[in-house]
Amino acid sequence: MTKPLRVLYCHCTYANVVPKATKEEVLRRLTESDVPFDAVPDLCEMSAKKDPALADLAADGCLKIAACYPRAVKWLFHAVGVKLPDTAEVLNMRTDTADAVAAKLLEPPA
Amino acid sequence: MSIPLPLPLSAPPPASAAAFRVAVYEGTGANPFPPGERTALVTALLAKGLSVSVIRPGGSAGNLVAGSLLVLGHFTDEQPDHAATDSGVSVYFRNVAGKSAAEAVELAVQVRAAANIPEPAKWKPWFPVIDYDRCTNCMQCLSFCLFDVYGVNEGKIQVQNNNKCKTDCPACSRVCPEVAILFPKYRHGPINGDVVSADDVRRESMKVDISSLLGGDIYAALRDRNAKFKSRFSKERDSDKALEERQKCLVKLGEKLDIPPEVFASLPSPDEIQRKAAEANAKAQAALEANKS
Ligand code: SF4
Ligand code: SF4
Repeated sequence: MTKPLRVLYCHCTYANVVPKATKEEVLRRLTESDVPFDAVPDLCEMSAKKDPALADLAADGCLKIAACYPRAVKWLFHAVGVKLPDTAEVLNMRTDTADAVAAKLLEPPA
Repeated sequence: MSIPLPLPLSAPPPASAAAFRVAVYEGTGANPFPPGERTALVTALLAKGLSVSVIRPGGSAGNLVAGSLLVLGHFTDEQPDHAATDSGVSVYFRNVAGKSAAEAVELAVQVRAAANIPEPAKWKPWFPVIDYDRCTNCMQCLSFCLFDVYGVNEGKIQVQNNNKCKTDCPACSRVCPEVAILFPKYRHGPINGDVVSADDVRRESMKVDISSLLGGDIYAALRDRNAKFKSRFSKERDSDKALEERQKCLVKLGEKLDIPPEVFASLPSPDEIQRKAAEANAKAQAALEANKS
């Protein structure tokens, strides 16, 4: 049986490091799909505030995260004592196109 | 009181009473949002600093561990304004059929206030994040930072006071010889989390050599440089060749470390710098000694 797909989208609200057009387009594609997902204003802020929701967001399942560099996301979770599952896939909206990120995000789990 | 709708509410132990999440709900008992409306609503909620779960027919988007959940939907049945689950999560319902995204966000803000949940602080989340796959626990960051951002727990370096970090200042990441300190919101790699190349590591160790040339006390040196810049007599006083050279080197170093002018401005007095630097250094030495034994 395939694990349910869990999608987490980071809007990087408090900085301009993710191109606006990319994050808006990824969000549009997500909201227009029929995939349920969680969206957070800023993963950095959640990590800084030790938000307990991060543990829940990283809970088991087939997790895909649209944010920035995978190394940054991994250690932001680690900073609150949460290990991202090895199967978690982090998609980089700083470097990749909205098309590429959205396609991977919405791909059904293997 | 039980919840009339099948929401994702299996609840682990409460961890934060201040948690607040908005569910854009399309499950049982609600009609789907038109796509454009859904996009506009989620975008506006995020811009307001609110976390959102989009719940599709039959779907669930994670659990709220504690605090309050606001469910926005086009409900087909009457919903209570407010209900509490057995696990202590407060659930609020608001019908947003016919409302614009801005009006729905306004409702969310009102509910957040009514639930006594503070508005998120307007703070750019800027703080160091350690990549422990690279960190060798050398304590250079601890002895470098004057603002008590770093600390040691069970012999291991940690970021302990991330709110004391100076916004946009990545200086400690530039003194880390292992390129192990990230600032995810920094402009350039590898400090922003990009892959670290062999060249990056070589460059970083060169920077540390520069700092030891200056006697290790970069802050005092930078402050000194800043004061000199301000002095209208600086040119005459700096006739000494060695000092001139040192200043040139410091200008370059300040640029290399990418320290914003605000950080210079917020540096304490030279005496205080000496005291804090000695304190930080002592902490680092103590941790290194303890780790040896
Ligand atoms: S994790 Fe990356 S994308 Fe998300 S807020 Fe931080 S820097 Fe921005
Ligand atoms: S300077 Fe870098 S390697 Fe050394 S303890 Fe700090 S993070 Fe680790």
